[in-house]
Amino acid sequence: MFDVVAQGEGPLFMDPDADKAREFFRHKNRALVSKVMTVKEAVEKFVHDGEYLAIGGFGANRIPTAVCHEIVRQKKKEMIFAGHTSTHDFQILAAGEVFNRCDIAYIIGLEARGLSPNARRYMESGKVKGCEWTNYGMALRLKAAAMGVSFAPGRNAMGTDTFKYSAIKVAKCPFTGQNYSLYPALWPDVSAIHVHEADIYGNARVKGISIADFELARASKHLLITCERLVHNEEIRRDPTATVIPYYLVDAVCEVPFGSYPGNMAYEYFSDEDHLKLWLKVEEDAGKFKEFLDKYIYGTKDFNEYLELCGGIQRINQLRAQEHLIELSKKEA
Amino acid sequence: MAEYNTMEMMIVAAARNLEDGATVGVGTGAPCAAAMLAQKTHAPKLVIMFEAGGISPILPTMPISVGDSRTIHRAIMASGMCEIMETSQRGMVDYTFLGGAQIDMYGNLNSTVIGDWHKPKVRLPGSGGANDFASFCWRIMVITPQDVKRFVEKVSFITTPGYLTGPGAREKAGLPKNTGPHKVITNMAILGYDEETKRMRVESIHEGYSFDDVQKNCGFQLLKAKEIVKTPVPTAHELEILRKEVDPNRYIIGR
Repeated sequence: MFDVVAQGEGPLFMDPDADKAREFFRHKNRALVSKVMTVKEAVEKFVHDGEYLAIGGFGANRIPTAVCHEIVRQKKKEMIFAGHTSTHDFQILAAGEVFNRCDIAYIIGLEARGLSPNARRYMESGKVKGCEWTNYGMALRLKAAAMGVSFAPGRNAMGTDTFKYSAIKVAKCPFTGQNYSLYPALWPDVSAIHVHEADIYGNARVKGISIADFELARASKHLLITCERLVHNEEIRRDPTATVIPYYLVDAVCEVPFGSYPGNMAYEYFSDEDHLKLWLKVEEDAGKFKEFLDKYIYGTKDFNEYLELCGGIQRINQLRAQEHLIELSKKEA
Repeated sequence: MAEYNTMEMMIVAAARNLEDGATVGVGTGAPCAAAMLAQKTHAPKLVIMFEAGGISPILPTMPISVGDSRTIHRAIMASGMCEIMETSQRGMVDYTFLGGAQIDMYGNLNSTVIGDWHKPKVRLPGSGGANDFASFCWRIMVITPQDVKRFVEKVSFITTPGYLTGPGAREKAGLPKNTGPHKVITNMAILGYDEETKRMRVESIHEGYSFDDVQKNCGFQLLKAKEIVKTPVPTAHELEILRKEVDPNRYIIGR
């Protein structure tokens, strides 16, 4: 039916077969039961060595930092990572050498802040097998999966080396004869998304931009939700328009206030640029970085302890003021 | 005449190339600064779009990330990546404004690797949304310092499509028709593309530089526009807005 005219030579890490995915989702639990647990429990239960992992948000905006830390703390290994709009999340997971295969759309960099020296070393070490994509290309792969089909077409990437080192196929449209880049569906084994509010069943609300999280939530076989705050199911039912992720997609709900820290959380708190700078600085020296990780991640039992090390509620209050563009006096800031 | 540094000149020149009412998909860093300066000066109705989902914010400060809260400050919509990229793919986004580690004479950009992909000398972030915007938006604008290491005969890796191998190559590969590179704004000049050969040419040179300066800082032979003009110097008003409102912390203009 489709005349394939070119194909990328990159590895396809996941099977795009839609019937196999349907078989999985046929048996996914739909029971309206509480899924509240700690991040530690959620990672123990749903994140396994060798599996495909995706992280929601946009690098250092609305990311499930606590889950990233816990995956490193529990020393998960040989995973495949969706390097899609990833920045600080990638930096954390690279620090733990959690993955050895990576779909690459945006990695290593922290946008205007610069490149992560450690993540760069890791990606240049030869320990990680990569496949190139683009941010929209990865979103399309998730969109295809969310639609329940095995691929989705786009008009990007053709003619570039990004295409050459991807697993995209270029085929002719059966209606017009126009070339399209076809993206294989991606069903991650497990994903984590940080949201503003969720009930104990996993019905979730997000404010601000969605990035590719609504597609990701629907594509993922297992989904961990961390939330700024739990709300009652009656609150969800009072305003169903606000629900963006329905509970039957969700496997774990963890209440983690300030859970995107040091990242930004729209309408809640701004990113902690000083702390993100500290990460970049300390990574320059491998020995110092090891001490840093021992103190901030391996030496903490959970996200609250990390937050305390970073200045706790006092620091959060400053970041809240920054988020809302409120001028504090010099003494407070 | 007002004093200014080369980064300020580059951002001012870039901002002036965005007309009021246009739609533009903006990348991280200097492009963000240029779009914000345009919005605060001659183009208050500029529709700035960010790949993570922000549409038409009134920027209070320069975003650090193309997905941070500033990108939806007094915006008309907080959407997602598919919304932004599909609006571009439908043909509704006039410009994209990108940075890049390396660029060649056809405007192809590399932000993936320096050296061989299999054994990179330097691994860089990859496409992000750059390939997508540059595939879909009508005109691609790039802002980057003039330097032989950046303007190269052959990029290590074509991350993001310019005119690829020359006239007709984008269409032949399958990219949308009548799209492609438009301007490159550097600290020394404004470059465009020859209509026939699709090769980069010098169109306007900033105060204090000559064609030879631009050519010396470029790793390939540049063409000349029929008439090369002088770029007007930044006005005191542009500099004041840039320094006080756009980049008071000198993240970009202090580089």
